[in-house]
Amino acid sequence: MLSCHTTWYIVPLIEEAVSVEVAREYPMVRTCPFDPPPEMAEIQAGERVLRVRHWDGTQPWLVTGYDQVRAILTDPRVSADTDLLGYPHPSAGSAARRRVTKNFINMDNPEHDRQRRMLTRDFMVKRMQAMRPTIQALVDGLIDEMLAGPNPVDLVEALALPVPSLVICDMMGVSYTERDLFHELSRTMISRLSTPEQAVGALNGMLEFMSRLVDEKTAHPGDDLISRLVTTQLQPGHLTRDDVVQMCQLLLVAGHETTANMIALGTLTLLERPEALAELRDATDPAVAEGAVEELLRYLTILHVGRRRVATEDFEFEGVRIRAGDGIIVDHAVANRDPVAFEHPDELDIHRKARHHLAFGYGIHQCLGQPLARVELAVVYSTLYRRIPTLRLAVPLEEIAFKHDNVVYGVESLPVTW
Amino acid sequence: MRVTIDQDKCVGAGQCVFAAPDVFDQRDDDGVVVLLDEEPPAEQWEATREAAHVCPALAILVEG
Repeated sequence: MLSCHTTWYIVPLIEEAVSVEVAREYPMVRTCPFDPPPEMAEIQAGERVLRVRHWDGTQPWLVTGYDQVRAILTDPRVSADTDLLGYPHPSAGSAARRRVTKNFINMDNPEHDRQRRMLTRDFMVKRMQAMRPTIQALVDGLIDEMLAGPNPVDLVEALALPVPSLVICDMMGVSYTERDLFHELSRTMISRLSTPEQAVGALNGMLEFMSRLVDEKTAHPGDDLISRLVTTQLQPGHLTRDDVVQMCQLLLVAGHETTANMIALGTLTLLERPEALAELRDATDPAVAEGAVEELLRYLTILHVGRRRVATEDFEFEGVRIRAGDGIIVDHAVANRDPVAFEHPDELDIHRKARHHLAFGYGIHQCLGQPLARVELAVVYSTLYRRIPTLRLAVPLEEIAFKHDNVVYGVESLPVTW
Repeated sequence: MRVTIDQDKCVGAGQCVFAAPDVFDQRDDDGVVVLLDEEPPAEQWEATREAAHVCPALAILVEG
């Protein structure tokens, strides 16, 4: 069972003395790989909005409560524009990257909605549900290969990364044979350990990759998302070439990183909770897996260093005065553990009604690809443990490396055996 | 119960369709919300309220 309360997982404590006048540093450090940092729950119990100390020396606001996070993310006086002074970039690499790239996740309305609506049809619920048999066949095929191949195997390489990568490549018309290139670029882009030069270098590599694809699709349009953007948006002048390249870069990275981490980390979480895993494995009602997807999304909240915003006006909020230009960080991971919204929030309960979680964000920027992620995760969670009922970790839990320094949390690799 | 939607606000996240597929759908050409039932029957009330609660764009209003 879970080892969070034992001592094997000791992380270095922040050694500098923190006086009461000095704001706490954010983000804080996890002590249990499955839970937000313990200080976050303490802060949430006392303060829903507070100043924190950020890597760049600024002191943005941190919002910890479920209702408060939803309020900020739907407040028109709050902007997602990364160009605005005061925007609290999560790292130097990310700040440098945002000076090069701009797509609709960092735009406010009306431009945000105009661009997003060019893509919503591709991720509609009914379209994603229609893809379910294809995704099921893909997952079954990868599991067949796993069972025929070496044992133990790294589940990240064998299943977690291939499933969403193959699906998004197929939708966008990207050749899966290029996966090594875009996986590596994507990894460097979103690591908080990347220097500004590395982050921008990786981003430029990704933009060049996409730019080449846009040229190919312009010359030889096919039945895929990039071709459709070229013919219906770029050629009539609704988007610039750069807009299309930026948009496609976002879709490719977001389309595989997040789901891959949810597959591997979700599986590890379930392997540590054999009763929940057995219920999921033995369930005949598909609603059980669908519920487990929502609960694991809530419980793990893999985008774990908060969404970033900046105030564009002065306003009162929860007893504090937020001023124009103040950075705001909303922490979904701790908001998803708020007892106001979820009873016994630190328990994983796959039968819980958890759909109102904030793992996909909230407000107009809420994840565009969530219908796809839901289908992919439901197929994997309802198939993997049934097909391989003896699946277990091939190494002790202590040897698993977690992505503490990545914008998207997860495991570096997951050696499994059966 | 009476349901109204604001298609201008909708961002096509699909939350309402997951929550209450008998009450909400998405327009084929752009994924924007379509209301299938303005006055859903009592057995749909809970799902409809959930759909309004989880809509990220605050585009669903439920009265009654």
